[in-house]
Amino acid sequence: MTATGRVAARDQDAAPPARPRRREGRLRRVAVPALAVFGMLAAWQAIVVGFRVPRFIAPSPLQVLEVLRTQHDLLLDNAWPTLLETLAGFAVGNVIAVLIAIGFVHNRVFRQSVYPLAVTLRTLPIVAISPIIVLMLGLGFTSKVAIAALITFFPTLVNMADGLDAVDPQALELMHVLSASRWEIFRYLRWPTSLPYLFSALRIATTAALLGAIIAEWIGSNRGLGYLILAATYDYRTPLLYATMAVASGLALALFGLVSLIERYAIPWRQTSGPSES
Amino acid sequence: METLPARDERAPGAAAGDGGPAIVADRVHMSFDQHGRPLHVLSEVSLTVRQGEFIALLGPSGCGKSTLLRLVADILQPTRGTITVLGGTPAEARRERALGFVFQQPVLLPWLSAEENVALPLRIGGWGRRHAPAATPAELLQLVGLDGFNRARPAQLSGGMQQRVSIARALVSNPKILLMDEPFGALDAITRDRLNEELLRIWSTVRCTVLFVTHSITEAVYLPNRVVVLSPRPARIQRVVEIDLPYPRQPAMKDTPRFTEYTSTLRAALEEA
Repeated sequence: MTATGRVAARDQDAAPPARPRRREGRLRRVAVPALAVFGMLAAWQAIVVGFRVPRFIAPSPLQVLEVLRTQHDLLLDNAWPTLLETLAGFAVGNVIAVLIAIGFVHNRVFRQSVYPLAVTLRTLPIVAISPIIVLMLGLGFTSKVAIAALITFFPTLVNMADGLDAVDPQALELMHVLSASRWEIFRYLRWPTSLPYLFSALRIATTAALLGAIIAEWIGSNRGLGYLILAATYDYRTPLLYATMAVASGLALALFGLVSLIERYAIPWRQTSGPSES
Repeated sequence: METLPARDERAPGAAAGDGGPAIVADRVHMSFDQHGRPLHVLSEVSLTVRQGEFIALLGPSGCGKSTLLRLVADILQPTRGTITVLGGTPAEARRERALGFVFQQPVLLPWLSAEENVALPLRIGGWGRRHAPAATPAELLQLVGLDGFNRARPAQLSGGMQQRVSIARALVSNPKILLMDEPFGALDAITRDRLNEELLRIWSTVRCTVLFVTHSITEAVYLPNRVVVLSPRPARIQRVVEIDLPYPRQPAMKDTPRFTEYTSTLRAALEEA
């Protein structure tokens, strides 16, 4: 910010003006959504109490909070395996997707043969493929990771392939004039260009990976948040079901936030120009 | 910029044709394939550019001026005819980094600082490790009038300043020929006038051959030794006009009768085409 101010002051070429940062802006960004969430919870509580909704149909927020407090050991024991499956699936799916996308930009035949396969794979519903994967890989950790990986794979592949291709044609001409090798074009141009695309995909992939892990646990598991959701539903322990969903949602938000945080450090140039920040 | 040492320090034998012409285009014809039908862009273009000369290529938009520049830079290959750069092929000149290219857009990498952008050609192919530059990236930023902005990111610089960075980048590998593709076409008139002054000042320091594409008649008179007027597509050389105005040129010259005479000559040549 200070640098921008200095630039504008020194040269009359009219640099983009530094926008004055408003203190209240930050407070408002936090306060408004917080109030909205609180208001929604209060309304929910009022409706459940006011209309005397039975707790096995819809528990009140306070009842859910009570379960989160008293049964946090149970929830935590089941959150761990799901988190591990999610992280492993996230890593495997994204690494494979990025590598294939890199292959796409460097080999036309590879792209033409693999891209349609990837699209076809995507059209198959994940709930239909998952039992097949469990059948092949068994009921253990591996099949869960595979399903989580599969669900994250496609968005990252498409985004990354687009990102690596999103280079300015004139920048490619510049690289040609400099006699840059393919590796140098990748390293200095394509890879940094693709990073904003990659991180958009990774943010989607966090929630997708968690969803994949939970679906995998539905198919066959005796632990994990997916298992807990099924068990709670069958037993009409609805407050526990809601608490489990709250934990799953919290996990997804935490992962999403973590990726967004890493993004800020990985793509610092985005903030100096992007209208989204500051 | 007194810090820049004299040029022409190439090892003997490197880049043949010292003293010979910088660029020779011999009956160059260029056509692109457009939905199976040939689109003729250049037709029978023959041109000789002496070393150290400042040449403006003037023509209507889309006539093929930029194509001619890209043929010299080995970005494109001619359909027929030959182009000789410093006695060799354009590809050889490119590999020796004898060519600097300034695009219509600055084409800076947004994740690099101004100085890192200028240094990019030195990093590619390890050029900077094998060749001692005539001027460091920091010195070149000073030369283009951006002293103190070394660490600024492109997004923090105005359009004019970004184009200055890109000129510094084109000069960093000490090229013998500077190819400029309407470099100031996207800028406002005031910034453009100022960068014209800067370019002449920089040219008087580095003394390389300049091939400057423009569709501004004023620029085409004010900057070069010679103007090559191209016809609309397929571009032929319509006329070559020697601009006999002394350097260093002053903005006041633009109001002299000689200057307006040249602009009318060029306008007439463009209309004839």
